[in-house]
Amino acid sequence: MHASLCDFLLDIVQNAIEADSKNVSLLIEEDATSIKFVVEDDGKGMSEEVQKRVTDPFYTDGIKHVTRKVGLGIPFLIQAVQSVNGEFSLQSEKGVGTTVSYRFFTDNIDCPPVGDFASTMVVMLSFGSDYQMVINRTLNLPQGEESYQLDRLELLDLLGDFNTSGSLNLLKTYVRSQEAALDEIRKQTPEV
Amino acid sequence: MAKMTLEELRKLRDSKKGDLRKRDIAGKDFQIIIGMGTCGIAAGAKSVFDSFMQELDAHKLDNVAVTQTGCMGLCYVEPTVEVLAPDMPPVIYGKVDSAVVKLIVEDHIMRKKMVSEHVFDRPSIDIIKDGGK
Repeated sequence: MHASLCDFLLDIVQNAIEADSKNVSLLIEEDATSIKFVVEDDGKGMSEEVQKRVTDPFYTDGIKHVTRKVGLGIPFLIQAVQSVNGEFSLQSEKGVGTTVSYRFFTDNIDCPPVGDFASTMVVMLSFGSDYQMVINRTLNLPQGEESYQLDRLELLDLLGDFNTSGSLNLLKTYVRSQEAALDEIRKQTPEV
Repeated sequence: MAKMTLEELRKLRDSKKGDLRKRDIAGKDFQIIIGMGTCGIAAGAKSVFDSFMQELDAHKLDNVAVTQTGCMGLCYVEPTVEVLAPDMPPVIYGKVDSAVVKLIVEDHIMRKKMVSEHVFDRPSIDIIKDGGK
């Protein structure tokens, strides 16, 4: 079972990347009471029938894990979303791509901890395959707002590669500084 | 930590590039190997590592590779540093701090003279005959 919202996110993003996508976009919109995630890819997509079945924990296409009888990424996510009265939607078209969108209410007592966004993003950006990924992250609180964008190819061009510890550390430093700007907003007291 | 721009990331990359190049051993005559096992780190091997980087920068030495290894079995004299230099036997220095780092760089590397009071061990003579490395 996953511990944090970042764990669920990484699962869904990994699905998107492994669906032979050329472009993956991730939108994270956070406000005072909720976080919305939208993961969109232009990969192989799913037929109507498969879309219905992926919510079943006992369905898997059996390609990635040949002997495995379960496929738990989406079912676990749906379960966690339902426990906080959140929203989940899945749109997909075979050969065109898939969009997974969900919202967690962070003020709900059953909401899992958020997790470490910076290191999750480093992992999402550094998968071995050839893809473009754009991450848009926004924070909108009563006391102010902040946002940042990460463009995988732009960062890859700048850092040279994503498989040596030197460049991954630089990437992490960069993403951490972006997250720190969001934390600054959180620390400010809201105007009453 | 202020929000970093891509330009700042580029500058950081360029400044770190020099440090990464120091770790590369290809084509270099001198090698400094720092014992960075738990014992070494606890005794201050990380600051020794940083001191070597600074001293090498200060003297503009680019023929020296700085690498790290695990425990050399001399935990009682950590931090330990092995120095490999051409025409000199491999030497292990013990109880190294930033003052000793300065001596190692200036005497051992630049003047080819050992820092005798900090030499703790070196391989036996038959190993040195075999090349010592």
